[in-house]
Amino acid sequence: MKKEKSKIYFDYAATTPVDPLVLKSMTPYFSKKFGNTVSFHSFGQEAKQALEESRERVAEVIFAKPEEIIFTSSATESNNLALKGAAFSRKKGKIIISSIEHSCIIETAKWLESQGFEVVKLKVDKYGRLILEDLQRKIDKKTILVSIIHASNEIGTIQPIKKVGQLIKKFNNKNPESKIYFHTDAVQSFGKIPINVNEMNLDLLTASSHKMYGPKGAALLFIRNNTKITPLFHGGGQELGLRPSTVNLPAIVGFGRACLIAEKNSIKENARLIKLRDKLISGILKKIPNSHLNGHLSERLPNNANFRFDFVEGESIVLQLDLMGIAASTGSACSSNKLEPSHVLLATGLKHEQVHGSLRLTLGKWTEEKEVNYLLKVLPEIIKNLRKISGNR
Amino acid sequence: MEPYYSKKLIKRFSNPKNFGLIKDADAVGSAGNPKCGDIMKLYIKTEKKPKKEVIKNVKFHTLGCAAAIATSDVICDLIKGKTLKEAAKVSYKDVMSELDYLPAVKKHCSFLAEQALKDAIKNYSKNEGKKSKKK
Ligand code: FES
Repeated sequence: MKKEKSKIYFDYAATTPVDPLVLKSMTPYFSKKFGNTVSFHSFGQEAKQALEESRERVAEVIFAKPEEIIFTSSATESNNLALKGAAFSRKKGKIIISSIEHSCIIETAKWLESQGFEVVKLKVDKYGRLILEDLQRKIDKKTILVSIIHASNEIGTIQPIKKVGQLIKKFNNKNPESKIYFHTDAVQSFGKIPINVNEMNLDLLTASSHKMYGPKGAALLFIRNNTKITPLFHGGGQELGLRPSTVNLPAIVGFGRACLIAEKNSIKENARLIKLRDKLISGILKKIPNSHLNGHLSERLPNNANFRFDFVEGESIVLQLDLMGIAASTGSACSSNKLEPSHVLLATGLKHEQVHGSLRLTLGKWTEEKEVNYLLKVLPEIIKNLRKISGNR
Repeated sequence: MEPYYSKKLIKRFSNPKNFGLIKDADAVGSAGNPKCGDIMKLYIKTEKKPKKEVIKNVKFHTLGCAAAIATSDVICDLIKGKTLKEAAKVSYKDVMSELDYLPAVKKHCSFLAEQALKDAIKNYSKNEGKKSKKK
């Protein structure tokens, strides 16, 4: 009997499979406990209770109060609500973001710029770490919002959010008449590495369920009490009127359950992932000549490894890996619909041709050591062959 | 839904036959894609036959995406055995039809192959010009 070749997933930063326990927790909310959370009768109240329990669970992950959590449909929506909502409530002013944000922040900021807001981007160093002096230079009384990604979805670099928070707090204390809001896009870090919205002095935070073994279709925006946000939607008043529309309860229940599991396991799981990640990094750098690590060696997400290889193109690598049953991703221009190389890698000072041969491998709960070993076996061959084709042996 | 890349393209990409260097090539053509930064080189070796001169061997080096590699491989097959005049008529459309289809954003990769070929033919006539002057 022919055994089906098993596939290996090294793209957990793109999305994660739903944990079976999460899926189980969701099932009753489709056909049995299907009530609308705003209904007064017992069906509605049952749903409402599940909603509020989920709110408590996700709030706990970041040390927020439940009433400071708004559920949305996606991180893109949360980021739009955070930036546009804060901007609209202030009418005008300056928005500061980093140069390595996710495209939904960059595009939202760009749009706000077209609406008359000023947008400035902060530089990062070669590891993708924010240059704090640049923030210090650019922050001023016109500034209404600072939004910095907590951990890069591409290169995994973790930002000194606490230090940024302190800097903003200091500025706010000195200039009490114009409070600057501080937002972070924590999509890649939420439920994985510790986040404390109070210690980090955050006013707004975005997180998403499907990056942490919850279902797609649920995300959150943390909005600190007394933070003024203008809603994007208007309707029935759900989610404190900040995000009206019938809530996606099954997904939200799943999100809550995923948080519960993450809280219980994250310390042990991180240690395991870091070991695998570092094996992957040292293995690749040792086995493949002219290979380099993108991002920081230690200030990086436990599950992220990102490389670049000279004389090869990233899409070719990803496709070759796919043919071997391995799913990965690249920041190369050839793989993007716009044929533009990753702005994150460019921001770290790499040249276009260096970004060209980039490869992102992201690990997760079901990554096993033998899968890492398999990758370490096949990747050097793939790179070697592609280099023969490119004439750079 | 059609897969992103055609079966034929994947086959070419994963097992190209025509890559490599021709050390004593009669002409080398190159093309680069300013948009995505890819580079392709085509090496041509000709052979004099009674009354005509045909492309005896052709090889490529390509640093680029799967479509760029596959189209490079295809164009080599398409011009092998042809006279330079015949080869000059080969266009990206011929390359594309060999692969069934290309994703819309990848059309330009087949232009790359055509450009490299045109460049090689241009350089060939230049080289020939020099040779005959020497005589
Ligand atoms: S050559 Fe870069 S996209 Fe094909």
